[in-house]
Parts: sequence; structure tokens; C-alpha cells
Amino acid sequence: MGKVEEFMRKSPEIMKKCLGGLDYEKFRFGKIGFHYEELMSSIGYSIEDVGKILKETKVGNTPMYELKNLNRVIKKISRKGYGAKILLKDEAANASGSFKSRRAALSVYEAKKKGYEGVIAETSGNYGAAVASQAAQRNLKCIIVQEVFDSKGIGQPEILEKGRKCEAYGAEVWQLTVGPELFYWALVLLDETGYFNASLYTPYGIKGIETLGYEIGIEVKEKYGRCPDYVLVTHAGGGNVTGTARGLIEAGCEDTKVIGVSVDLRGLHMASDHDFNRKSFTTGHTGFGVPFAINPDRVDVPINAARPLRYMDGYLLVSQGEVFYTTILLAQIEGIERGPAGNTSLSAAIPFARELPEDKIIVVQETEYTGAGKHPFAQLTFAEKMGIEVSIGNPRDNIPGKKIVIPEDVKELGFEEYPMEDIKRSYLKHRLKGIDEISSKELKFLKEEVKDKEDFVEKFLFEKGVKINA
Amino acid sequence: MVRKGDYVEIKLVLLEPEERAEHLPDDTKNLPFEAKVRGYLLHDANIGDTVEIETPIGRKVKGILLSVSPPYRHNFGKPIRELIDIGKKIRERYLEDKDG
Repeated sequence: MGKVEEFMRKSPEIMKKCLGGLDYEKFRFGKIGFHYEELMSSIGYSIEDVGKILKETKVGNTPMYELKNLNRVIKKISRKGYGAKILLKDEAANASGSFKSRRAALSVYEAKKKGYEGVIAETSGNYGAAVASQAAQRNLKCIIVQEVFDSKGIGQPEILEKGRKCEAYGAEVWQLTVGPELFYWALVLLDETGYFNASLYTPYGIKGIETLGYEIGIEVKEKYGRCPDYVLVTHAGGGNVTGTARGLIEAGCEDTKVIGVSVDLRGLHMASDHDFNRKSFTTGHTGFGVPFAINPDRVDVPINAARPLRYMDGYLLVSQGEVFYTTILLAQIEGIERGPAGNTSLSAAIPFARELPEDKIIVVQETEYTGAGKHPFAQLTFAEKMGIEVSIGNPRDNIPGKKIVIPEDVKELGFEEYPMEDIKRSYLKHRLKGIDEISSKELKFLKEEVKDKEDFVEKFLFEKGVKINA
Repeated sequence: MVRKGDYVEIKLVLLEPEERAEHLPDDTKNLPFEAKVRGYLLHDANIGDTVEIETPIGRKVKGILLSVSPPYRHNFGKPIRELIDIGKKIRERYLEDKDG
């Protein structure tokens, strides 16, 4: 066993110390199950409590806009009677400029309440800025661990900007070269400092985002007299989908469909030094979206509270060029300039709206701040420098790491539907590795894990020869 | 000479190539795992020296001195021809009519 693997064995012990004594083991049952709702409610905050805590540190109650010009364009390019209305929740208005403030607020509050000296988070950037911003307000020390450079010391502009922002809030920032050992180094720092683990994947991280879905549900009901038909969510680690969907349910919008959207970066390896700077998106992409849905527990806490397959009704992929196009379109016809990664789900919402009757309501649930580095021009200037071809054409010709194709007209925006069944099967396959018999309680757990209301799981078990023990 | 109290960046090797995690792609596994950290220099030194800094939260970290007040080099890039006139085209095509 290597140095990293050996140190990682200390993880459960360090986690317990750095998560305020939250004992994940008591929620487990059988060989594969755990009581998800009990884990979520164990931290003891109602949605109203969370809303109040967020308000203390300049988070939440962000504005929601009807995108009037864009909606007119969509109507014009749709069949008669089609072209759903798009609403945009402007999450850039949170303290640190993204929805991630919601995710950080409760963790940092909890760290303060429990008497920790500081907080630690690992991140691609927006979350680090959020934790640092919250720590600054609660007078806690903050360490951020971020993957920034390739082996030549080159960082892509979006990542560099996010690192700068963490630094701007007064955090100690560890900027690392490429590799999954980021988790190892965060654990070393947790062990060394005894700070609180402000992981993205604790119940605190997810409870904070529930407020986002809740606000959307309540506000749409107030203004339009009913729940939204669809909420489109940029999907990476799964917390955004999970928290938003749970909040919608809290607001009484159980029937609203929650659709995940990621930027398609299939073919690029996330731990590759070479591929690292050939991605023009550093979050909201398939490199996180697919593996975290298949194996949510590949994270820095014993059980991930982000369980996207429990909530996701569909999964759409868009190309990098389409998101850049949408970002500039938003600025030039809606008059709001926002960061590209935050516009991932908006990019899918436009072609999605064209296929829906005009009385339907779609909510795009986030935006993020923009600035130097975090901008389509910066990203594409850098991409060209890295040898990536940028052209106008059919966005489906996009090849991650080689070619970014920008559509010529809004009509050419599209998406690829990723088959949910494939992800669910991969999840089940992973979860059931080496298992030939499960209990009926575990079957119920699996069905909840993949939002199976029919007999998808039972069929899978039969096919694989896994017995159900009554 | 870099002065005590200057805001600097240092570099550390956290893992040598042979210490790195298992199952890394080939182009990553033969490289060291490195970090850069910024803070205030605790003693006079020269670039390339092993030094100690105090980070913005008051912790002490040792590493090789890389630079003083390292500038932010990321920017907005250049205007991208394929993107700059999207709004103009869309307005002409779909928004410039009498009913709006």
C-alpha cells in the first residue's frame, strides 16, 4: 500500500473529529443500505431555520427573472403553440457570487457553533470562495485546497480566477497540481489543524441548497399560481440536483420534473495532466456528473448526502460552444453578464423550451458571477493557445479537448439526452459488486436510490442473479 | 534579496512520483504532486531558498521561495469573432418587429 492509501485509512477517525461528531455508521443497515432521511434530519435544522441562518450571512432570497427577450425569441423559433417560458434564478446575487454560498453557509455556521477554530474545503473554486466568504463573516480561519496547475505550472483562466477569489476573502489557499490526491492533502490538513471539514457532501452542504428549490417553488406558485413544470439544474457532484429537488418537495412541488444538465467533456480524463488544461469548463461537466451519479460515495465523507439519482428525472448534455454562445446571448439580449459555467442549464433550457407547449414553465436555477478568467473570451483565448480549434458550425461536431464549435444561430442550440437507465444500471452494478443476496429492506433502499417507481431494480436483480431475502 | 514581511509565493512537493496514489493515468503518475501557497516571509531570503512563511490565517508553512507579490495574470482574453455579434444577429432576426 502506498503512502496516500495508508494515510487515507485514518479517514474515518479524522472525519469524526472534523465533522462535529456526526456518526455516519449508525445510519447503515444490511450490506449496502443506509437510512438517508434519518441522516439528513439528524443535523436538526428545518428549512425555515436554514433560511434564517443563510440570511445572516448575505445568502439566499436571490431574484428570479422572466427572460422576456429570450422567451420572445424562443416563441419565434418554435412550432405554433410551443415555446415554454423560461425563468432564471439569479444566484450570482449570493455573497460569493454563486449558489455555492448556500452550500457553505450552514457548514460554517455549524463549525462556529461547535467551537472550531477554522474550516477546510476542497473545491474546483466557486465552493472555496463560498466557504472563505462565509468564514470571513463568522470570524473563522479558512483553508482552501484547489486543483490549479498542470506540471508546467499552467492554470486555465477560470481556475486562476476562482483561486484569486478564495484569496480575496482572506483564506490560506493551497493551489495544487493535477491529481485526486487533493483529497489526501485536505485530510492531512484536517488532521494537522483539527478544523471543521466543510465538505460539499455533508447533510449541511445539501440542506443549504434545499432553500434554493424551496424559494423557486414558493415564488413560482405566488406569481403563476402553480409549481414550475421543469427545473433545469447544472449537474456536477450531485448536490445541486439533490438539494434543489428536496427543496421543491418541501415547497409542495413534488410533481415538478428535475432535469440535470452537464457540459459534455466525455473523452477527457479528469486526472490527466495533459487533459487538465484542455477543458474549457472546470465544473458542471460530465467528468464529475457521470461518476458521481454512479458512485456518489467516492467523496471526502463516509456517506455522500448528495444522491442525484434519487431525484433526477432526466439528464441532458450540452457542448462547451453552446454554453459560451448562451452566455454571450444572455448578456446581449437580456442585459445580464454572468459566468459561463453557471449558464450550463440555461443553454439546454432554450432548445428544451422549444419542444414544450407555451403554457409550460421552466426554471433555470442558477447563475454565477463573471470576471477576468471566468468569461467565454478568456476561456476561448486560452483554448486556442492550447491548440484547440474554435469555429462556427454544428455544435454536435464539438470534440472535447480538440474542437469547440459555436452555433451560428440560437436555433442550432441543442442537447443530447443521456440515457438515465444506463446511469441507473451502472449505479446498481457498482453498489451490488460482490453481493448475491439482499434483504427486502435493502431492495426498498435501492429503489429509492434510483427513483424506481416500477420494477426496474427487481428486473436488474433477476438479470444478475441477486436473490431477495424476505 | 526578499525582505521579511514581503507577500510571497512558495512551492512544496507534497508527494514524490513514487508516493502518488494508485491508478493514475500515465501522464500524471510520473510527476510529483506539488503545491503553491502564499503568505508573509518570516525572514530575509533569496528566490530559490527554502523559507518559512506565515499564511494569511497565521499558520507557518515551509517551502521553496518562488516569487514576491505574484501578479494575477488571468484576464478577459481577446474578443472572439465567433461570439461578439450574437446579440446583434438575434435582434435583427427575431426581435426587431412592430409587435415588440
